[in-house]
Amino acid sequence: MKAKICAAPYLLWSAVFIICPLGVVVYFALTDKAGNFTLNNLISIGEYSTVFMRSILLAAVATAICLVLAYPISYMLSRMRKSRQHMMQMLVLLPMWMNFLLRTYAWMTLLETNGLINKFLGFFGLGPFQMINTPGAVVLGMVYNYLPFMILPLYTVMIKIDGSLIEAAQDLGCSMTQILRKVLLPLSVPGISTGITMVFVPSVSTFIISRMLGGGNNLLIGDLIELQFLGNSYNYNLGSAMSLVLMILVLVCMGITNTFSNEEELEGSI
Amino acid sequence: MTRHKTSVWGKLYWALFLTFMYLPIAVMIVFSFNESKSRTLFTGFTTKWYTNLFHNEMILNSLAVSLLIAAISSVLVAVLGTAAAVGINSMKRKSRAVVMNITYIPYLNPEIITGVSMMLLFVMGQGGVNWVLEKLNMPQTVLFGIPTLVIAHITFNLPIVIFSVLPKLKQMDIRLYEAALDLGCNPAQAFFKVVLPEIMPGITAGFLMAFTYSIDDFIISYFTSGTVQTLPIAIYSMTRKKVSPEINALSTIMFGVILLIVMLNSWREDHREKRLARKGPEETGTAGGRAERKRRGKK
Repeated sequence: MKAKICAAPYLLWSAVFIICPLGVVVYFALTDKAGNFTLNNLISIGEYSTVFMRSILLAAVATAICLVLAYPISYMLSRMRKSRQHMMQMLVLLPMWMNFLLRTYAWMTLLETNGLINKFLGFFGLGPFQMINTPGAVVLGMVYNYLPFMILPLYTVMIKIDGSLIEAAQDLGCSMTQILRKVLLPLSVPGISTGITMVFVPSVSTFIISRMLGGGNNLLIGDLIELQFLGNSYNYNLGSAMSLVLMILVLVCMGITNTFSNEEELEGSI
Repeated sequence: MTRHKTSVWGKLYWALFLTFMYLPIAVMIVFSFNESKSRTLFTGFTTKWYTNLFHNEMILNSLAVSLLIAAISSVLVAVLGTAAAVGINSMKRKSRAVVMNITYIPYLNPEIITGVSMMLLFVMGQGGVNWVLEKLNMPQTVLFGIPTLVIAHITFNLPIVIFSVLPKLKQMDIRLYEAALDLGCNPAQAFFKVVLPEIMPGITAGFLMAFTYSIDDFIISYFTSGTVQTLPIAIYSMTRKKVSPEINALSTIMFGVILLIVMLNSWREDHREKRLARKGPEETGTAGGRAERKRRGKK
């Protein structure tokens, strides 16, 4: 069929605007300002290893919290009556449609030292606590912003789990924890792995959440990269090297989780 | 399959969860009507932040820019993406796998990488264009702004359109297209008269999603916009100033608009489902379509 030709403009487009830019990043990462080959950019990233470790740690903690919070919600959602399911699904997803800058800004005002939460705690004689500009605030921001990304794939998988399997397990004398461990968890592995990727990737690469909620002391990889391109540091080569490392990090993470899920799952999750 | 009633603990968990999700939004809505600039004390009711907002040149201009870019890029991406989906659908298994992997790149790559890499490409492109213009003795131009934003938005929205059109193509019965050819259509006519109406729901869904993503995008636009401000970039510069109650007003308006769209959409879907249910069960059967898709996928 001649229909294949229809994809030609797209292939050209993706070659120029998807593949090429990635090549440019690699080129900048491996050259100095004069355009000569060097490995110094990659080597000097070692100086920032604390930032890289912090990013990975905070993103991993946020992903774990998301998984724990989202699992019961997705399960309960998948076992509701159809009409109710529609409504609750909408309620869960609605905040996601709000621009994430506005959502994060809202938390900024809530977490301030003289913000509403501290004021509320003050009624009980507690606090004020230092909440904003802490790593905890950054994790909170990640969890709040990306929780729906965990709920959606989990829900998509759980809705396919036949309720009679759970009943059978109950009939055969399984306790709730045994059902969870032997029936639910194994069957929801594809959803878990997709969810982990979808939360971890934006969390580890964010620069807005850390800037708005973390103050100056909780820089993440994203902040470093942004500083090299649009901030004061202004060093494209170093920034590209950092981007390259971040990309490899994400690829490794996806390589680990995606061994469990296949192409069909991803297509269905959109 | 039985549907359990949510237990008391379950209900409590839901309540806590929804409080967590909606507390910040609720606080913003309440304080958008606050008389003073305080973010903790409610001193009196006012709508002056809303009036201020509608006199804020920066916000209005950036909104216009955002709408313009969303309109141009989502129309172009719908055409380009549909053509791509038709092409990909007719490819052999191996080449399709390669193309699909490329398609996943902008979707799975961290947004900051997509933004930074396109920025570098545009910086190089800018250098090239200026070099050519200098040779031709023409004045230099700035690529950064609307053109780069449109290119960037098309690029990150392409997977969205392709993924929403492809399933429709797979569901479609190829014999419909063949019948049209047998009855004397040329391939173009057969496509526009038979295939296009079949896959239109997918294209519309992809177009709408692309439009919303385009308006909502901050990170990629931030790196590719130059000095032009889209709405999210304007919001970002407002949040840098710390205290600006107009943001609350803006959030409230945006939340209202989103709520309206979502409710209209769900009402429309309910309506359609009821209509289909009345027509008879065999026509609602998406399960059949899915089975058909699976069967073809195995070939």
